[in-house]
Order: sequence, then C-alpha cells, then structure tokens
Amino acid sequence: MDSAAASFYRCGMSDTDGRRWHDMGGRDAGPVPKGEHDFALWEKRVDALMMLCSGKGFFTVDGLRRALEDMGEDAFETMTYYERWMAAVNQNLVEQGVYTLEELGTRMEEIAQRGDSYGEAQDG
Amino acid sequence: MAERVRVKTMSPPGHVRAPHYLRGKTGEIERPLGAYKNPEQLAYGLDAAPKELFRVRFTMAEIWGDRAERAEDTLDAEIYAHWLERL
Repeated sequence: MDSAAASFYRCGMSDTDGRRWHDMGGRDAGPVPKGEHDFALWEKRVDALMMLCSGKGFFTVDGLRRALEDMGEDAFETMTYYERWMAAVNQNLVEQGVYTLEELGTRMEEIAQRGDSYGEAQDG
Repeated sequence: MAERVRVKTMSPPGHVRAPHYLRGKTGEIERPLGAYKNPEQLAYGLDAAPKELFRVRFTMAEIWGDRAERAEDTLDAEIYAHWLERL
C-alpha cells in the first residue's frame, strides 16, 4: 500500500468494503458492560458546553459526531468518552471561527498558571 | 401494500447516516417521518436542504441471513430518501 492509501485508511476506513471504524453495527463484540458510573464535574461541563454551542447556533450534534468519527479508532481506544467530546467541540468551534487557536492557547496558559485545583483556577 | 425500498450500497468517505449493515438490504416503508435538514451537510457546518426521512422496516432474515435467530422478527431504521432506491 502506498503512503497516500495508507493515510486514507488511517483516516477512518477500516475495511476495503468502505465500512468506517465507528460503523460497528453487526460486528462481533464482547459482552455489554452494565456497570453504572457517575460523571466528574469536568465531564458534566463538557456536556453542558455542547448544549450551549448548539443553542447558540455555533454547530450541531452532527458536527460533533463528524469530528468524533474523524478522530479514528486510535482515539476511541486511548481517550475517554468526554475527552473525545471535548476535542470534537474544540474542532468545531475552531472551524466555525468562534475563537482562534492563538486565543485558545493563550487562555489555557493563563488559567494553568492559577493553579491545579478547581478552586485556584476560578476567576478572581 | 407497503412500498419496498433498497438501501444504496455507496460508501462515500465522510459523515453519512446509513448504517453499513443495512446497505444493499431491502425493506418496506413503515411510515414517512417528514423532512429534516440533511445531517450529512450540517456535520460540516454547511447550509443543508431538507431531506425526506423514512422509517424503513427490515426482516432479520434480510439483514442477517442464516445467522438470524428469529427470521421473522423485524428491525426499524430511520433512513433519508437519498439513501433509498424504490423497487
């Protein structure tokens, strides 16, 4: 396989029949985990952020899904659910011009310098 | 008699809303659901024209062949008109 084809497959084509990695319906799978779990504060905030972005018309859940699918199978294996959501929300906000990466990077540095805890990171 | 349709077998490499396991399968229109902005365009932040959405009913035998546990059971899937061929 040449490098262009290899790149194309990594981008989400998992099979020669055109099935993309996330399109799992009908595939063999192990048992469904049935354990309940609570969500961390930051995870609830990511969920709320998606609702805000949709409500303000920045992008829709379709854009979220598209970005999640385009991350590929490696991300699905190595990142948690809301880590992937956060990356997908950011991808859409950058694409829609809501902020620039320069603005995001600057802001992240400012907040990181306040401290590691939620309390320290609060404004003021 | 219910209208029969087949799900297209195309596989464009992008965000699409027809599950792979139903492509090429034949079912019948269970009911029309109305028109909604095409999510395959919305997914890229583009203006999207409304597309008709249908609930399509498939038999387990049609989807899974000999692997179906109960061949006469059915599965409903909501599929946009541009993924369906009328038979």
